[in-house]
Amino acid sequence: MSSASPRVLVLAGCGISADRELAEAFRLAGAAPERVHLFDLLEDPGMLSAFRILALPGGFSFGDHLGAGKVLARLLASRLRKEMDAFVEGGSLILGVGNGFQALVKMGILPNLSGDLAPEVSLIHNGHGLFENRWVPIRANPANHSPWIRGLDRLLFPVRHGEGRFVAGSPETAEGLLRENRIAFFYDGVNPDGSEMDVAGITDRSGRVLGMMPHPEGFLFPWNHPRWTRGGVPSVAAGRTIFENAVAHLRSANRCV
Amino acid sequence: MRIEISCGKLSLDGRGARIARQIASSMGPVVESAAVLDVLIVDGIRGFGGDLAREIFLDPVAERIHVDESGAAEVLPDWNLLVEVSYRAGVMNPEAATAREVIFRALDREPDAGGLVQSARQYAFILRGDPGERAEKIAGALHNPLIERAQIITRSGWEKGRRFPAFYPHRVAESPPGVESIVLEGLSDGELEQLSRIRLLSLSLEEMTAIRGYYREAGAERRKKGLPQGPTDVELEMLAQTWSEHCKHKIFAARIDYAEGDRRETIDSLFATYIKRTTETLAKKRGDLKSVFHDNSGVVDFDGDHVVCIKAETHNSPSALDPYGGAITGIVGVNRDILGTGIGAMPIFNTDLLCLGEPSTPEEEIPRGLFHPLRVLAEAHRGVVDGANQSGVPVVAGGLLFDGSFVGKPLVFCGTAGILPARVNGRNSWEKRIEAGDLAVMAGGRIGKDGIHGATFSSAALDETSPTSAVQIGDPITQKKLADFLLEARDRDLYKGITDNGAGGLSSSLGEMAQTSGGVRIRLDLCPLKYPGLAPWEILVSESQERMSLSVAPEKIGEFLDLARRRGVEATVVGEFTDTGFVEILHGDELVGSLTLRFLHHGLPTMRLRARWEAPSRPAGDPRGMEPKEALLALLADPNIASRELLVRRFDHEVQAGSVVKPFSGARDDGPTDGGVFRPRFDSDRGLTITHGICPRMSDIDTYDMAVMAVDEAYRAHIALGGDPDLASALDNFCWPDPVQSPETPDGEYKLAQLVRACRGLRDACLAYNLPLISGKDSMKNDARIGGKKVSVKPTLLVTVMGIIPHCGEALTTDFKNPGAPVFLLGASPGALGGSCYERVLGRTLGPGPKADPGAAAAMYRKFHQAVQAGLVSSCHDVSDGGLAVALAECCLGGRFGLKADLKGLGAGDGDSGITGLLFGEAPSRLVVEVKPGKQEAFEKIMAGSPFHRLGPVTSGDLLVIRRGEAEILRAGLDEIERAWKSFAKELVP
Repeated sequence: MSSASPRVLVLAGCGISADRELAEAFRLAGAAPERVHLFDLLEDPGMLSAFRILALPGGFSFGDHLGAGKVLARLLASRLRKEMDAFVEGGSLILGVGNGFQALVKMGILPNLSGDLAPEVSLIHNGHGLFENRWVPIRANPANHSPWIRGLDRLLFPVRHGEGRFVAGSPETAEGLLRENRIAFFYDGVNPDGSEMDVAGITDRSGRVLGMMPHPEGFLFPWNHPRWTRGGVPSVAAGRTIFENAVAHLRSANRCV
Repeated sequence: MRIEISCGKLSLDGRGARIARQIASSMGPVVESAAVLDVLIVDGIRGFGGDLAREIFLDPVAERIHVDESGAAEVLPDWNLLVEVSYRAGVMNPEAATAREVIFRALDREPDAGGLVQSARQYAFILRGDPGERAEKIAGALHNPLIERAQIITRSGWEKGRRFPAFYPHRVAESPPGVESIVLEGLSDGELEQLSRIRLLSLSLEEMTAIRGYYREAGAERRKKGLPQGPTDVELEMLAQTWSEHCKHKIFAARIDYAEGDRRETIDSLFATYIKRTTETLAKKRGDLKSVFHDNSGVVDFDGDHVVCIKAETHNSPSALDPYGGAITGIVGVNRDILGTGIGAMPIFNTDLLCLGEPSTPEEEIPRGLFHPLRVLAEAHRGVVDGANQSGVPVVAGGLLFDGSFVGKPLVFCGTAGILPARVNGRNSWEKRIEAGDLAVMAGGRIGKDGIHGATFSSAALDETSPTSAVQIGDPITQKKLADFLLEARDRDLYKGITDNGAGGLSSSLGEMAQTSGGVRIRLDLCPLKYPGLAPWEILVSESQERMSLSVAPEKIGEFLDLARRRGVEATVVGEFTDTGFVEILHGDELVGSLTLRFLHHGLPTMRLRARWEAPSRPAGDPRGMEPKEALLALLADPNIASRELLVRRFDHEVQAGSVVKPFSGARDDGPTDGGVFRPRFDSDRGLTITHGICPRMSDIDTYDMAVMAVDEAYRAHIALGGDPDLASALDNFCWPDPVQSPETPDGEYKLAQLVRACRGLRDACLAYNLPLISGKDSMKNDARIGGKKVSVKPTLLVTVMGIIPHCGEALTTDFKNPGAPVFLLGASPGALGGSCYERVLGRTLGPGPKADPGAAAAMYRKFHQAVQAGLVSSCHDVSDGGLAVALAECCLGGRFGLKADLKGLGAGDGDSGITGLLFGEAPSRLVVEVKPGKQEAFEKIMAGSPFHRLGPVTSGDLLVIRRGEAEILRAGLDEIERAWKSFAKELVP
């Protein structure tokens, strides 16, 4: 395995739908993505150890029936919890976007303040009760030191969800998220779904697991920007940075080893 | 076990808040609070109990679970009304299917059919005051009785001990009926017609007679095979589906005697004469047409290495009865056309266009059994949203059109485009192979009684006896699994040919595929069923969703079925392809049907029809009566023009990361666009435009002009987006009222003449624009006869254009961008107001409509494209509904800039009526163009020889000012424009 091109397992199948562009995002950043069907991974959880990044894309896994990401979370938790723990412990990275974020939250990997993988926060039906696709400004939390968000500040990404309203289960959880700087992204001015504390994305204690509702893989090219015809959009789309950060982090981690 | 899941607290119940708003929008502020609960009923599954239910179904952070106790009591203790909505027995319930799958996975067992898993939705309300009669009305708004039931419990009922049932009625095993043999010999003409009617065959007397003739000749052959002399019900149903108007397009294939004044003409097939020949003519100079007309969608070249395909369909009849189910099956159904094109394409984007009755229609004017246009809109929209979003295919373009004529049958157009590599496994990807000896495989969902007779049903008028079995619910997640599996199997070369199961079910899909190999043997007893009890003929013609049919080589079948199993997709061998010349149908060991392919596909007698054209006279009313500004604001607020942003944002229009021009543009992402631009490949900057043209209002004047203007509208939007004039292709979707003269349709000859003229307009415009028709569809019975009243749709042609934009960076949006930049109007403005939105707003007819000149327009479009390529243009908007004034207001609003326009020197007559025509006339082939600062001269040089007029500069202010020389005609602020334009959607989405 080339350390220069970390292998990325991009989960696919069963209603996941943003897997192709998420794989492309990692490829553009210099990684080596592979789309792997959920059932293949569940059958052979050990395969995860051959990868350095696990990416859970957006979509409607299992139709979002019974709650967004719930079924996916349950399947991953029942077959892959140990492997995912070891994966993060070993310095590898996990990203969940949209539906993938919902699954990470519902399996307790995010934010995991307590350390015992009990679900602590949730992403529920938007306050207005409807799915919505629009571009919203977000800002990275400078106090969060996740390798995924290094150097990021203000960004504009699309949200495309019906169940993205962030709720902390308790005042203690909210307090813990703030105290430990676990919030990675805040909605900046427009809160599209009624999320508590304007939360758009969070990380685990290590910072190596990031979950977010806005879609950075929806902004890989300047033409994705809703106002690109009006000029002023940089030629390299801002969505790429998150993926480049991950690859750079793994490369430097490898050098240290 | 009854499991109810509620939000942890009311303030987190977004769905409840939405339901409260929805009810307030139609009934006023009667709801104080509302909560939504998910109900699961699980019974008879070994090892499943309350603990497992908690583990699987509960989000412990945000939800509460209630096992065998009331959830409403906890989340909304003071409720005074509960409504629980569940599906009727036999209706597809994707949620329950997922619940079942998860339970068995948690139990670590292979799923079996045993036990019961049902789901329902419970709505808890605190109403202001006693529910009384409002309970029924609220329940009515929350369910469609055709497919769902609603149970109501009021507080007082609850206190008297009323509870929801332990489980809902479900299908129990029935012993399936056998095969029936049908006697045609000795029946009178009337009896033959009656037989067709009773069995919902939609076959004419002539067709029934042809069928009887076939059986007379086949007598000896049938005796040898042990078949009855007359048809079996399996055979007769297969013939009816295959010969349905829906499948065989009998009217477009008919021989028509056309009369216009003293002129007489005979047309041998509208399709061959006006559509196929048009494309054949253009194909001589176009090398990019790969596969047209004969496959599930039309296929054209994209970039040499890839081909793209596109198809649009309507789902009108099912959508009238069940707008949600009709629309969701419409969108996932047309996705399957793409999956079934060539060796199997990947869907890349969807389109969706709805034609509905007037939103202001009084409730009491809605025929019994049908829904109010706003209810149809809300539910059909939700259907497309669910179908498209859950399939991961973005909705990138569409529309919404209101007209009183659509109150009986709404038109629900759904389209999908796809992409595939030009070569797959060493062969041209747009070709399929089906050879004798290949296995016939069905993959995807199971077969049930849903959707039986869809093809014949859609070939008849709606009435109160319309079969409810024709209605289906789609299951996008099953199809998404199927789609992913098929693309994987394609790339592993595991199958040879593929087509979708749509109208007519297996009888159509295998019957069509058999034409390639020369025959098929279908084994009905091998087909997987949702539940027992289906008659053999029902298995053959059921239109249960999410199914594809494939030809698989025997040596690949093991690998194919194994991959299907590993992807959670059901796939079954249901027969084999042959070269016997017969479709043979077996049930167990018994031969239950045998028809020659020749008779099945070519035995249909050609219809002979008469058409007579008489130009309708149209009063030329006085166009005065509204001040220009008042008219502009009224037009912007008209439902046919106003912003649909709140609806459109419910669609995921960006998944797959290919969006280049989105449904909205401008400084605040809220200005309109003329269509979509989509970039299908990450490794190429080449893009696709997708645009629509539809002008049914012009049909009152002349369908020839209607068709020309529909083509022009779609093509001009392609040009306005920056598309290449010589690399566009079109789809034609005709939706017509019944054009066959009969006692029920005394004006059939006129309606058929309208069809002939529309076809001529379509041909003439397509030839002028080098625009081949690569696929299409017609729906010819868009009438509703309910309560003794006949409502027929206006003759409607939807033209969908997909074209190439050489480089995405050249794409244009409508919003003004540079203060000081000159704005031009391209094209002539004769000012006729007939058929315009202004007519609609004013409320009277205003004489003749505008005429198009596609030849002159084609030259102008080419020059404009040259200017785009030269980098001279910064924005462009086509002038369509509402005319010039509306177009200018939209460009200003998008850019949040003003404009100072001068109409001096522009065509039309003098005086007030001339000005009204200039401002609001809807002459086709016009573009509003903002030229980059300093490029005016270069632009004018390129455009020389075509009509253009410099209107004036974009201003940094917030005023649209239109003058004619010294006289100011109109002055409107951006805030007024925005308020008017955004007024309508607020009522649409509570």
